[in-house]
Parts: sequence; structure tokens; C-alpha cells
Amino acid sequence: MAISDTDRIRAILARVPDPEIPAVSVLDLGIVREIARDAVTITPTYTGCPATIAIKQSIRAALDANGFGDTAIETTLSPPWSTDWISDEGREKLRAYGIAPPPKGAGAASLKNQAAAECPRCGSSNTEELSRFGSTPCKALWRCKACVEPFDRFKCH
Amino acid sequence: MDVIATYALRLGDDSLILGQRLSEWCGHAPALEVDLSLANIALDQVGQATHFLNLAGELEGKGRDGDALAFRRDVMDFTNCLLVEQPNGDFAQTIARQFLFSHYQALLFEQMAAVKDTRFAAIAAKAAKEVAYHATLASDWVIRLGDGTDESKARMVAGLAWVWRFADELFAMDAADAAAIEAGAGVDKSALRGAWDSRVDAVLAEATLARPAPHRATTGGRIGRHSEHLGHLLSEMQFLQRAYPGATW
Repeated sequence: MAISDTDRIRAILARVPDPEIPAVSVLDLGIVREIARDAVTITPTYTGCPATIAIKQSIRAALDANGFGDTAIETTLSPPWSTDWISDEGREKLRAYGIAPPPKGAGAASLKNQAAAECPRCGSSNTEELSRFGSTPCKALWRCKACVEPFDRFKCH
Repeated sequence: MDVIATYALRLGDDSLILGQRLSEWCGHAPALEVDLSLANIALDQVGQATHFLNLAGELEGKGRDGDALAFRRDVMDFTNCLLVEQPNGDFAQTIARQFLFSHYQALLFEQMAAVKDTRFAAIAAKAAKEVAYHATLASDWVIRLGDGTDESKARMVAGLAWVWRFADELFAMDAADAAAIEAGAGVDKSALRGAWDSRVDAVLAEATLARPAPHRATTGGRIGRHSEHLGHLLSEMQFLQRAYPGATW
């Protein structure tokens, strides 16, 4: 059975890493909103995320290299991106990479991210927030009190 | 420029100027965590500014984009409120400015997310989630400094006393606001004051701080009457485009 163009594009996007967190793909992050032969629609994570341009360029390069040079990339703001859109596979990849994934289904309700994060190294919930803002807009800096390691937590957003 | 474009321009200018101010802290903040926080808030503000200024340029229809509006206008053409252009001062004054502004912006965007004009609503819905963090961070620091040492408390009191005179302008309404509401793009800012007062007062109480004494409001930013500080900020922010007009990379 022939593979459709949209499935081929999906497979290409599954290999485009996020420039800041290369462990996950743009598909895992949930920033690809629509895939069609004519255009791929993406949405930014944060309005000021500096990776937005880099992401667009990486997707462009991947599409061009795989014969989809005439597939456009469109950007939409609405509905706003939420960490609920990160796939289960993406969450596991984040954890394996040392970043505590955001709880699912929490969305805006737990915007303060006050519930204890689970340490991605030892699994303990005996953790504390060091800084609500971390190395990128989407992460906060936490510390595990059990294994005493600092770690990034993907902010629930 | 028509009134709806002006409305978008004001929103963009507020975010842009505050973003530029906050970025001055990068590499100079009292602690690494604070440096990261202020730089991240600056990024969010500049991101919001990009969206609102691009929208303003689109509504104006004269071929100006967000960059042209940010880098090729002079002081009197800027429509930001006076609060955001105030110098950083010490850390407490920066936090005081952020505290007043973020609570205002949070309320504004929560309302704007539901307006009929989807262009404004989409930017507001996205920004509201980010601004909620800014308001929490600023509130946490107001409490920590206010309910801290004699020194930190004195500085927090002084910071709040300075920025308080610029609070009224946040909620002031004029013809552009009325037209934006009429067009389904704007929010009645005067109606946000009550909720803002309650949120601010709750944090001040926890910080063991008294609400600053009423001060005669200083206004004029929306119609281009700015403090001396804005020109200096622009001379740095716009340097490259002034020295090499139209430069791109």
C-alpha cells in the first residue's frame, strides 16, 4: 500500500529535533498542529521563545531535503500551545534526558507548578523549586533532596 | 494611523519598552536565578511586542512591520505607559514596577482573550499564560523583600513609592480605547482597577507593607509625552538601525 504524502511528512517531522532540547522532536512537543501536502502548521511554545525561528528553519531544511520543497510552513497562535500536547513518548524522552516532564492534564490549573516534581534521576518526589525560570522559557530549575542533584523541570503551561 | 492600529501599537509599545528595560539586568542581577528570571520575562515581553507591533503594522497598512515600528520611530511616536520606561533603579524598584505592571497585564489579557477580534484574542490568550508567571514572581519578591530585613523592606517601600504615581495611567481610557472596545478588540481597562487593587493589596498585606500614599497621577505616555528616560533607552535600543538604516542579517 502506498504511503500518503502526509504520512511521509509526519515521518520527516518525527526526525526534526527541538533545537534547545534535542532529545525530543517537534512532533513530540506538540507544536505541529496540522500536516497537509500544501502546508505544515506550527505554533510557538512561548511568544518570545528564541527557538521559534530555528525550529522553522530546521523544518524547512528537512522538508526541502526530502522532496517537499513546495510544502509551506504556516504559524498559528490559537489555540495557545499547552504542555498537555506533549506526547507520552515525548514525556518519556524528556525524563530519560534528565528533564522532569510536566504532569498531564494539568494545563493552566497548575500554572504555579507547586506540586512536587519527580526527580528524573532517582524518582523521588522529595524535591524543591530553586527558580521558577530556568535555562529556557519552558523550564524551571529544581533540586532533588533525596539524591541532591539539580534538574530541569518542564513547566506546566 | 487608525484607532485600532493605535490600540495594537500601545500594547506592543508597553511590552517592548518593558522588555528592553528588563534586558538591562542581564548579567547584572543580584543572583543567577534572578538573572534568568528577568531575562526570561524580558523575552516574553519582546515576544508579545513582536506580535502586537506586527499586528499594528498590518492594521496600519503602510508596509511597516514590527521591526520598523520598534526601530524607526522617535520618542514622541511611542505610546507606552510611563511606568514601563522608568529606570530599573535598584532591584526593589524593578520588582515594584514589575509587580504593578504584571498584575495589570494579567487582568488585561485574561479579558482580551475573550474579545471578538481573533487577532487580539489569540495574542492575549497566549500571553496571559506567560504573564501569570511574571505576576507570581514579582509578588513573591515583594513579599520576600517587604517581609525581609530592615534594608530590604526600606528599599521595597521606596521602590513602590516611586512607581505608584504611574499606576493610574494603566487604567486610563481615551478615544482609542473606546473605539477598540466598540470594534470588539479592546478591553475596558477602568473596570480592571477593582480586581487589580484586591490582588495588589493582598500581596502587600502578606509583605507587611502599607499601600503607598495616594500620589498625583503622572500620565502622558499614550499620547507621546514621555519622561526623559525613554529617549536614552531608545538611543541604545535603536542604535544599529539609526547608524545603518535598513540593515538586515
